[in-house]
Amino acid sequence: MSIDLKTIKHISKLSRISLDEQKAEKLASDLNSIFEFIEKLNELNTDKVEPLTSVAETTLKFRSDEVKSENIREQIIKNSPENNEDFFVVPKVVE
Amino acid sequence: MSDITNQSLTSLVNNIKNKKLSSEEVTQAFVDRSEKSKELNAYITEDFSNAINKAKKFDQNPNLDLKLPGIPMAVKDLFCTENIRTTAGSKILKNFIPTYESTVTQNIWNEGAILLGKLNCDEFAMGSSNETSFYGNVQNPIDNGLVPGGSSGGSAAAVSGRLTPITIGTDTGGSIRQPASFTGTVGLKPTYGSCSRYGIVAFASSLDQAGPMAQNVEDCALLQEVISTYDKKDSTSIDFKRNDHSKELTKNIKGKKIGIPKEYRVEGMPKEIEDLWQKGIQYAKECGAEIIDISLPNTTYALPTYYIVAPAEASSNLARYDGVKYGFRAKGENLIDMYEKTRSEGFGAEVQRRIMIGTYVLSSGYYDAYYLKAQKVRKLIKNDFDEAYKKVDAILTPSTPSSAFKIGEKKDDPVSMYLNDIFTVPVNLAGLPAISIPAGHDASGYPLGLQIIGKAFKEQEILNVAYAMEDKINFKNKITDWWIK
Amino acid sequence: MTKDKSEYLIERHNNVYEVVIGLEVHAQVTSNSKLFSSSSTKFGAEPNTQVSLVDAAFPGMLPVINEFCVKQAIKTGIGLKAKINKRSVFDRKNYFYADLPQGYQISQFKYPIVGEGTVILDMPEGQKEVGIERLHLEQDAGKSIHDMDPQNTLVDLNRSGVALMEIVSKPDLRTPDEVSAYIKKLRSIMRYLGTCDGNMQEGSLRADVNISVRLKDSKELGTRCEIKNVNSIKFMQMAIDYEANRQVDLIEEGKSIDQETRLFDTKKNETRSMRSKEDAHDYRYFPDPDLLPLEVTDEFINELKADIPELPDDKKKRFIDEFKVSPYEATILVSDIETAKYFEEVVAKMGKNQDIKLAVNWITGELFAVLNNKNLEISQSPISAKNLAKLVNLIKNGTISGKIAKTIFELMIDGDKDPQTIVEEKGLKQESDPKALEALIDKIIDDNREKAIEYKNGKEKLFGFFVGQAMKVSGGKANPQLINEILKKKL
Repeated sequence: MSIDLKTIKHISKLSRISLDEQKAEKLASDLNSIFEFIEKLNELNTDKVEPLTSVAETTLKFRSDEVKSENIREQIIKNSPENNEDFFVVPKVVE
Repeated sequence: MSDITNQSLTSLVNNIKNKKLSSEEVTQAFVDRSEKSKELNAYITEDFSNAINKAKKFDQNPNLDLKLPGIPMAVKDLFCTENIRTTAGSKILKNFIPTYESTVTQNIWNEGAILLGKLNCDEFAMGSSNETSFYGNVQNPIDNGLVPGGSSGGSAAAVSGRLTPITIGTDTGGSIRQPASFTGTVGLKPTYGSCSRYGIVAFASSLDQAGPMAQNVEDCALLQEVISTYDKKDSTSIDFKRNDHSKELTKNIKGKKIGIPKEYRVEGMPKEIEDLWQKGIQYAKECGAEIIDISLPNTTYALPTYYIVAPAEASSNLARYDGVKYGFRAKGENLIDMYEKTRSEGFGAEVQRRIMIGTYVLSSGYYDAYYLKAQKVRKLIKNDFDEAYKKVDAILTPSTPSSAFKIGEKKDDPVSMYLNDIFTVPVNLAGLPAISIPAGHDASGYPLGLQIIGKAFKEQEILNVAYAMEDKINFKNKITDWWIK
Repeated sequence: MTKDKSEYLIERHNNVYEVVIGLEVHAQVTSNSKLFSSSSTKFGAEPNTQVSLVDAAFPGMLPVINEFCVKQAIKTGIGLKAKINKRSVFDRKNYFYADLPQGYQISQFKYPIVGEGTVILDMPEGQKEVGIERLHLEQDAGKSIHDMDPQNTLVDLNRSGVALMEIVSKPDLRTPDEVSAYIKKLRSIMRYLGTCDGNMQEGSLRADVNISVRLKDSKELGTRCEIKNVNSIKFMQMAIDYEANRQVDLIEEGKSIDQETRLFDTKKNETRSMRSKEDAHDYRYFPDPDLLPLEVTDEFINELKADIPELPDDKKKRFIDEFKVSPYEATILVSDIETAKYFEEVVAKMGKNQDIKLAVNWITGELFAVLNNKNLEISQSPISAKNLAKLVNLIKNGTISGKIAKTIFELMIDGDKDPQTIVEEKGLKQESDPKALEALIDKIIDDNREKAIEYKNGKEKLFGFFVGQAMKVSGGKANPQLINEILKKKL
């Protein structure tokens, strides 16, 4: 199979990474060689295999329902590129 | 090389405990050497003056019961450190100063160690040569123009070049063991769930593990026992009985069964790697271990599996870097424009490549063919190990398919770069512990490593095997201090 | 357009269409802290003051699940008579938005915590069963504020990470009234369980409405549109009405319906396509590698089952059996847990010689009217159950008349006064002494001799006149029953 420019542009949209033509072409070629090597998996029949998500052979541990976080707004907002002390600020959202 | 920086961690700890050295003397010595080692580009952020102040403070009222009393230590810049910039080797976190500390680093400071600075690494730990770092290449102390491996390249270079007595790295597909192998140092990737992931910039959550990188096995054991704790802040942290590795360390591995997987004899493997492996088998026998041929039939599928699983998780883990809450933001006409420019300018080429792969394999219509398939193959790979461990206690393989290569040599060929991790990746997929120890040199005098893979939670077992073999191998790193002006 | 009350059909050119509706209700879990972090969930805090490092998705931060939220979801599942899945999995739903700090929402996609269940609706024409497809746990997003700053969007993450239950119904609903009844029933069940406060104004309950239309008697489902985030029952009904007609018009014009997400504009009363979001609609769900599968034991579930209070359907049955109220009255009394509690308290306080029918009338009549007027919940009722019970008893034992009771009721509102005290203070006790009443009536007949004669000659409606006079003269205190008896005798 081969990944075309249209697909590259679609996944760049999904990943929210802008691409120019040149970068898109380079990516298409890189991804094609990577997927060529990934396709090796198709040799294996895995119909009856259970997928493995985590190797940690245990289940989720619970936390009790206690409020432990204080108001740390200053800390939270301090690193943001633009803020107005109360809010995170982003360019206008266009729907 | 000063007397101090030449010493192992264990020796420095003893000298401080016996009051033969002060923390300040030790810290100053590593700071001085680090200052003279800018050429290696091992540090992204230095915290030297703070380190010396902390050392002085430690000396005023030294708590010598601690495991790392007044020991200076630089750490990979993937660990969040409170009030010290943490970049993950990326432009996108260029100005990020965490207000919190990772559990692993906190454990280290709790035992008396002092932060020297943050070490260079591949951007978001994605790379095998440290060439993807926004902060430039790291030189391998072994030779000018040689990569130190990656992603913990700065860490490996800093230990090998004696800029820090010991360090920690992270290993998602080989990022501790491969650079350890390339720099003639010891690197341990612990069992998944052994070290908390809390506060470590995530690459691939189901594979990431922090681990020690050291001059020798004894030092490695000591740091592992410090960093491995059960942590309620990490839902994948596992509550198991942890060993006192340094105390339990023994060279007696008589009768231990060591497996040799035939599938690791890969096509095109250089003869010097095959020779090294044979040498390793010989050493293990000399230590009294029993050698058993085993099969890990799905080994060849590990790398393709890894290059689906890791990018898939990464594509999602890195979605938070969007220019809103922290880090770099590019100007944009509107929100979406801002996102796209921020991420396009903020991430380097390799990170973008992996995000794209990950996005693609998870996207609608491809999930089953790639991601689900990879999860199933991952199960088969784990089954292979489970099967093998019915017969053996540990598995011995080469760490890497080659020695360190030249800077720039593989940079533009992602697949050949990825092949570096062929021996290390299966371990992460199965969540097992593995250690790389230096075991010889290639024709150019560059170090080569052997990997010992253990059963889950049996770090002590592989540390012991490594400790015994280290003695037989008697490896000497050929470091000329070429970079010190 | 609508054929009869129970049917909601749309007619165009002899074609009769039926509307098929399914709801995805997002109910905020009642809990102190968030689903995966320990920040507070309190409503109405200053922006970004209830945000932890986890909620703001700082590098290296990891989710740890809140046990109570898991219990709440399971309890709700039990309330919906649904299958509880002992193993469920958290997935990541990936998309970018300003108020989604992680760049993904942690949700449950393939393996939800609760499976199929049912909700019974009490419709005027009878009961209707609505299937529940599933219930899953997920994180809420933050809030984007678009109208505070002309150039920018402001982001408040207080809600980010608050636990939500998404309850997905089967496409079993057919009319806006059923939708309303369904939402009310769900809310009622969750309030009984204490798993969601159901406050739509505060956004604790929102719904996405899936609508399609098809020719009546057709078995196939039409193409559906999803109307996002409608936050009141009234708007849901308006949106359904608009959207169903829009779809029918399209079909009648021979056009096709695009499966899409739409937005309900409350000002213009119309739905609009949100096509701009469509291209980003590949959510790339995959199991969250930061979280392990969520597993619960039978024991864990059984403990929760033991803890489930009597739910509206059972309570209704008991009210009918035990208190002999009508099904209609029972439905009203159990619809809200606080109403049911109030009613049961009134019954308890009335003691032995109780008149439940009268109590129900007072609760659903006078009391509801006052609450409505003052915009109060029954839990905030200005008249306590204890005092209402006393009032009903005063009527029942003949101390006061129903008419006087109304006067007393008005006086009780201010400060929850004891009706007995009011009766005594104001001297409002009913005159039930037959001798005194006879004297009173004798005097009235005397004063109105001519009218008495007319009555005797057959002008029977004058009877009312004499009753009125008796009440007037007695200041409303005369026992109306006795007045009637005496008048009949004397006239």
